[in-house]
Amino acid sequence: MSEITYLEAIREGLAEEMERDANVFCLGEDIGAYGGAFKVTEGLQSRFGEARVIDTPISEAGIIGAAAGAAHMGLRPVCEMQFIDFISCGYDMLTNYVATARYRAMLPCPMVVRGPSGGYVRGGPFHSQNPEAAFLHTPGLKIVYPATASDAKGLIKAAIRDEDCVLFFEHKYLYRRIKETMPEGDHITPIGKARTAREGKDVSIITYAATVWKSLEAAEQLEREDGLSVEVIDLRSLAPMDDDAIVATVRKTNRVLIVHEDTRTGGVAGEITARINELAFEWLDAPILRVTAADVPLPYSPPLEDYVLPQTNDIVKAVRRLAAY
Amino acid sequence: MNKAPHESAARAETSNGATARGGLGREQLLDLYYYMRLTRSLEERLANLYRQTKVVGGLFRSLGQEADAVGSAYALDRSKGDILSPLIRNLGSMLVQGARPVEIIKQYMAKGDSPTRGRELNIHYGDLVRGFIGQISQLGDMVPVMAGVTLSFRMRGEDRVGLVYVGDGATSTGAFHEGINFAAVQRCPLVVVVENNGYAYSTPLSKQTAAKQMIDKAIGYGVASEQADGNDVVATYEATKRAVDRARAGGGVTLVELITYRRKGHAEHDNQSYVPAGEIERWATTNDPIDRFARVLSSDHGVAASELEAIDARITAEIDSATDIADASPMPEPADALVGIYADPPAEKPLWFREGVRAAVEVNERPSSWGTHDV
Repeated sequence: MSEITYLEAIREGLAEEMERDANVFCLGEDIGAYGGAFKVTEGLQSRFGEARVIDTPISEAGIIGAAAGAAHMGLRPVCEMQFIDFISCGYDMLTNYVATARYRAMLPCPMVVRGPSGGYVRGGPFHSQNPEAAFLHTPGLKIVYPATASDAKGLIKAAIRDEDCVLFFEHKYLYRRIKETMPEGDHITPIGKARTAREGKDVSIITYAATVWKSLEAAEQLEREDGLSVEVIDLRSLAPMDDDAIVATVRKTNRVLIVHEDTRTGGVAGEITARINELAFEWLDAPILRVTAADVPLPYSPPLEDYVLPQTNDIVKAVRRLAAY
Repeated sequence: MNKAPHESAARAETSNGATARGGLGREQLLDLYYYMRLTRSLEERLANLYRQTKVVGGLFRSLGQEADAVGSAYALDRSKGDILSPLIRNLGSMLVQGARPVEIIKQYMAKGDSPTRGRELNIHYGDLVRGFIGQISQLGDMVPVMAGVTLSFRMRGEDRVGLVYVGDGATSTGAFHEGINFAAVQRCPLVVVVENNGYAYSTPLSKQTAAKQMIDKAIGYGVASEQADGNDVVATYEATKRAVDRARAGGGVTLVELITYRRKGHAEHDNQSYVPAGEIERWATTNDPIDRFARVLSSDHGVAASELEAIDARITAEIDSATDIADASPMPEPADALVGIYADPPAEKPLWFREGVRAAVEVNERPSSWGTHDV
């Protein structure tokens, strides 16, 4: 077994599920002959045919709505948003139609909406977004956001098999930068389960997606320079959220830093903070801190983008502040 | 999908200054040449800067589409305050409205004194005074926006016209449909130009729409339509001018289809693997809009080669000086990222972990790529 990239891991997961279940099909802009803007679906159309890898017009509402209809009828569509920033063009279909379908009409929507998300790539305000918080607020949608190549594969497969709509955010900065050997066999990462990316006892960092890597970098630096033992929890799933894992790490270290790349106000960190207050307040020895992006549309120029997004230095600084309590 | 382009049948302009087809005089014809050549030369310069990694993000070209951008924008009346909203292949349209090469280069280089202060990329910027409004990446969104802009003209009784560009791909979006339909109902003085260049990223027209031609869509919206060879700058001007005149006279919306061809990929990283062999070369050798127009200028209007060479030299000097200025411009000050999200407060406060810190990191590394292939 050789190492494959995060991007190849997603492709492998898609291909295995399409092989396993004839109901699985992909639709999206430029995903067929071209293989997608980032080449995630490269080779799938020649392998599975045009009927199962459909090049669509530029129509996110159409793509998501059609996927819902197909899913009602027992198919399992996987929609690609060319950039996740375009998911907002299908926001109405997702939040009003798809998310409520099972509840109000007993109509299942076993479908996946996936796409390249996140910044650190000089993509500017419309090719860098992290829209997870907007959907976290919508009951009826599941949300996953893998940080590792094996989770990217395991979660795309789990998302396709799930009976409800799963939003699968994939981080474009990680696409070709990280590699891993895939687990043997039919590898599934359960939705709703966090993982401990690094064991520690002094301070906990709760994070997901690309900032998992920044947190690990900070944890190593803190161990080296301060002798601090930092635990890093990679949530992997945001909806459902793994409350048990969050509580367990709070009980273990009594100090919590939440890190995410998305903007601060109304971001996922606020929700995690509230849950810790409700479930584990008496275990805290320090205030819960956040390191997030500033509340700013993401700018293009490198000094500006770097200033807005959370960096390793910021995480180090925040952990030191917690450790001082 | 592309019809064989009809050669321009321009009426000869006599040496005593009679006008050419479309009512354009000699000076205006040379204007059209200047803007097309400026567009192409500026993009070639940007491609050089891109190869030197001085362009931070992606680079978008309009090679082969200079006539459709320039000819259509030229039909607006800048003295009356007409406004257009460009798309990613409309650098030429922006130049006609008064955008300057130095601004474009600064934008691409993400400089602190670029029109968007380093916040937005490539040609995503605007200037209401000069009459252009910047696009966003979500295709079709500018159609309802321009419906509103032109609605304001009507409500205030202003003698102004708006023009919005979309590609063949954007006509598939909900925003396009809602925008043109609303503008049609309101009889807004709006010209909707569909640049039909054969491809949306890699998707050919046949996968984008089942319509035989874009002007067929006009019937469903109840609006007028015009169609022209987008590689014939004068034909493009004439068709758009009819639409502009109709809008100004209270005739409402016109959908203008300009048939052209995108000779480069969606952006510089795109290797165009999806294009049938020989197609690009055929357009380049037999239907280049600038070559075609230069021939017309020479044969029908007695423009000497030396005259065009003088224009080319002026453009080169202009772009050289713009490059020097842009190159010497500073990158933005990091904390400027916090300024101007709202009118009030004027700036966000830095987050607690950034207080007293000038920059987030020591080095602003340029990522090797967008994560796209073969960069």
